[in-house]
Order: sequence, then structure tokens, then C-alpha cells
Amino acid sequence: MATLSERILGAPAGACVDRAVDRPYAHDGTGVLALQTFRTIGKPLVRPERVRLLFDHIVPANNSETATLQAELRRFARESGVPLCDVGEGICHQVMSEGGVRPGEVVIGADSHTCTLGAFGAFATGVGATDMAAIWATGETWLRVPETTNLSLAGRLGGGAEAKDLALAYVSRLGMDGATYRALEFTGEGAATLSMAGRLTCSNLAIEAGAKTGLFYADRTTCEYLAGFGVAASPQAVEDAHYAEEHEFDLGAIEPLVAVPHRVDSARPVDRVAGTAIDQVFVGTCTNGRLEDLERFASAVKGRRVKVRTVVVPASRRVLADAIRSGALEAIVEAGCTVGPPGCGPCLGMHLGVLGEGEVCLSTANRNFRNRMGVGGEVYLASVGTAAASALAGEIAPPEGAA
Amino acid sequence: MKLSGRALRLPPDLDTDMIIAGRYLRTRDRAVWAAHALEDLDPTLAGRLGGAVIVAGPNFGCGSSREQAAVALREAGVVAVVAPSFARIFYRNAINLGLPIAEATLDCEDGDVVEVDLEAGVVRAGDRPPVPIAPLSARMRAILGAGGLVELLKGAA
Repeated sequence: MATLSERILGAPAGACVDRAVDRPYAHDGTGVLALQTFRTIGKPLVRPERVRLLFDHIVPANNSETATLQAELRRFARESGVPLCDVGEGICHQVMSEGGVRPGEVVIGADSHTCTLGAFGAFATGVGATDMAAIWATGETWLRVPETTNLSLAGRLGGGAEAKDLALAYVSRLGMDGATYRALEFTGEGAATLSMAGRLTCSNLAIEAGAKTGLFYADRTTCEYLAGFGVAASPQAVEDAHYAEEHEFDLGAIEPLVAVPHRVDSARPVDRVAGTAIDQVFVGTCTNGRLEDLERFASAVKGRRVKVRTVVVPASRRVLADAIRSGALEAIVEAGCTVGPPGCGPCLGMHLGVLGEGEVCLSTANRNFRNRMGVGGEVYLASVGTAAASALAGEIAPPEGAA
Repeated sequence: MKLSGRALRLPPDLDTDMIIAGRYLRTRDRAVWAAHALEDLDPTLAGRLGGAVIVAGPNFGCGSSREQAAVALREAGVVAVVAPSFARIFYRNAINLGLPIAEATLDCEDGDVVEVDLEAGVVRAGDRPPVPIAPLSARMRAILGAGGLVELLKGAA
């Protein structure tokens, strides 16, 4: 009788364990510092073939300083035998989700949104660059086995609501620190109704409630998705477990939501902010840049014209290629949107859609902190459907199908 | 480890984007991070961090995993950070990088002398009664005692 975290880490909540890391990875931002620290430690790289470097934060490089740092990481990867996903391959969490993670593994990324991969039933959590350097040097890390908050899901999403709305709803109910030091588990019949893309979106926002990871038990959906990437996996049985806290969500009652500046836990029904003027819509990121998202957006804007500047960034090269093949990209481009290269895009306010003073963006990302997308800019967080309706209206608007 | 400094109070849920903005991450120059620490909250703060004990609200350091946030505070001369709770990645980063942190709910005014005694597990502001600090795990104490994770690993040949 144990939580999924306790089963994967092999110890009860509260214990400290040293654990070999199955999937360590870093990106161009944290990788630079991790490399510097790794060299200071001065030990050989343990199992370089397991380590991944994935460039996503500023791709392609926006200036020569960034380019020089990226070149150094590239050289390190070449010389040490670390597999590198270079510019254009996509967001690290998305690329890892394309067959790079199996249920039951310990996945550590040098990025806070590593919790995304908990959607596979893997213990996936983010660390800083120094912890990553230590993993490169020792092959393992220490972890405190977290207590778990259970989010029990019933019913099925409807009325224009998406997994993103569920994510904003639970972060708002728990609060920005409501699950600090804990894991989240998404259980119940409702969890089984969510697609893999939807689960990744839910797990992605776990950190916004302070959680270490956001876990779904691997089931048929998980195994079929992984089989599509040639990865064999088995379902994980749900056991009765002791949860530190439990919450119930009726998916049928989830409505389209918007988190207003500058807190992720500030979600309110989209009707309450409908009509708010916006300068930009951004669709993408490790939250909502997957094929399902691009296709949903494309079907809403197909044959129409967006009224504000709209930036669409596929989460990976695979997503981009699939969206080209499915025709989604054509509809998006012809509707007047600007498509960026696979990666994080403007989410962290570095390039490809930074906001000006006083500008407002409706974004499908996961953070709306003050100045996050540009000094003096304001960010509203919402689903892809709400983003599409807002882009077409030129102001915040409820998605198609909303009651 | 006994530390003391002047209290500098900061709000709850202070995220790492606020501690050091993304626009300063394209460098490895620690002086740059220190000079721009907390700039978006208040541009005058960076100049007042030397010798300060930050006394913040809950969930300090939430958001991005960027450890430049902990480095910026340490390099700017912050003596310690006291808060009722820390976001877990910041917590690990701070210990790994040797920035002393104390989980405690401390009532104080800006400028009060704050004493942090990590061994005794108490923190005190001015002449008010001492407040207990949530104990660090043995692992955390070992890392902090070595001066950070890098030093600990270098020592373990």
C-alpha cells in the first residue's frame, strides 16, 4: 500500500534515498552552468550515453554571447559522447516525452517543468544546475520521498474545457505553495479519459502548485502512446495509498478559465475577463505546444483571420512536421499567425515575441509572473481554445463550445 | 553556524524571475547577477543586500529552477534567507551553493538585527523571543557544512 512515488523510490514518504538517475537532462540555459560546475568537481562523466542535452531556451541563438555559450555545450557533447538535441529539435520535456521516458523511471531535468514527464508514471522532477553537475559526476542523486496530494478525477471534460482548464483549476484550488515538497497523483476514472497530451499538460503545471512531480499511473493510453514510439511499457496498478491530502474534481464541471496577472493560482471563468484588450496571443510551450493543441487551434482559425499578432511555436520538430502533414500549419499560417521554430519561444521573455511596456498577452504557457515575458508586460494564461477565440476576437473571448 | 545581519523584509511567493530576471541569464558573470538581484521588485534593493538577512513570506524562490537566483543573493552579500517555506528547487539550490536558509516564521521590522543560529536551530529578531527553525536533514547539514555540494563531492575522492 504505497503511493506511486514511494513505489518508484522504494522507500516511505519522508525517507531520504540515493537513487541512480535513469534519465538526466539539461537544456542550453542550465547546461552552461552545469558544465561549469561539473568541470569544477573534476570527476569523469558517469554513463554519458544516458545524459541528454537539449537546446530549447534560446534557439537559434539570439546574439553572439548566447551563441558562444551554446557552442561550448556543443563541443562538450561531442567530446564526451553525450547525445545532443540541437537547435530545432524542440523543448526538452517534449522531446523526452516522444519515447524518451518509461513508466517507473527516475527522470531528473535541470528545469522546473521536468514534472511534465510524471504523466508517464515516472518520478520526474526538476533540479538546479549544481545538482545536475553532481548527477553527471556520480550517476545518482539524493531525493526525499515526498508525501502525496491526491487529485481524484471523475467524469469527462466538456463545454469547451480542456486539460489546461483542469490544470489552472487545481493550481488555483491548491494555491502556489499548496503542494510544496509533495507529489501530486492524478487518479480516478476521469484520469483515464485524458489523452496523453492532456496528461502532460496537467503534470506540467504541478510545479506551479509547488509540487515535486505530477504523476499519472501508466495505463492503456500510456502504453499505446509509447508503442507509437517503439517503446514497450506495462500499466501500473493503482493501490490504496496513504495520501497527505485529497481533492476531488468533477471534470464535467470544469469550465474554461483564465489565470490573470501575475499569479498562476488566480484562475477565474473566462466570462469574467472576456473583452479584456490584448496585444498578442501566444500558443506553444511545454504546456500546450503539442500536435493536439496545434490541431485544435487550427480547426478554430481555419479560413478566418486573427485580429491581433499571434505567435505559434510547435513544441518539437516532430510536432511541427506532423502539423505540416495534417494541414494544421497551413491553416494557422493563412489565418495570419507567425510560426516560430520549435522551442520555448517567448515564454521566458528572451526572444520571438517579447512584450513591450504595458502590452498584454494571452498565452497558453504556464507562468504569468510579473515581467516574465517582457518588462511591463502582462500575461493571462488560458487554454488553446480560449487562445484561438481571443485571437479571432482581438480581445479575451470564451472558446467555441463554452456554455 | 551563527549568522547575523539587518532584516530586509520581502513579500510571499517571490519567484526566481523576480530574484534574477531571465534577461540576465546569458552570462556567467556573477557580479552581473548580484548587481541586478531583485531589480524588478525594486531597483534599489540590490544595493541594500550586503549584510542583510532576508525575511520573506512563504514559498520563497518559486518558479524557475535557475540557480542564478541563489547565487545572485549570495554574491550580493545576503547573510541568510529566513522564510516560513521555500520552493523546493530553490531550497536545494541554496544549500548546494552554500547560501544559508532557515525555515521559520519570524516577526520583525526592516532593519532589526536578526541572528540565525543554524546549530541551535533558532532565529531571533532584536530582543524578541527566539523562533525555532525547521531542522535540516542530515544530508542538508553535510552539504552546508562542506560549503556546498561541489566541495562535498571534491572531498569525497
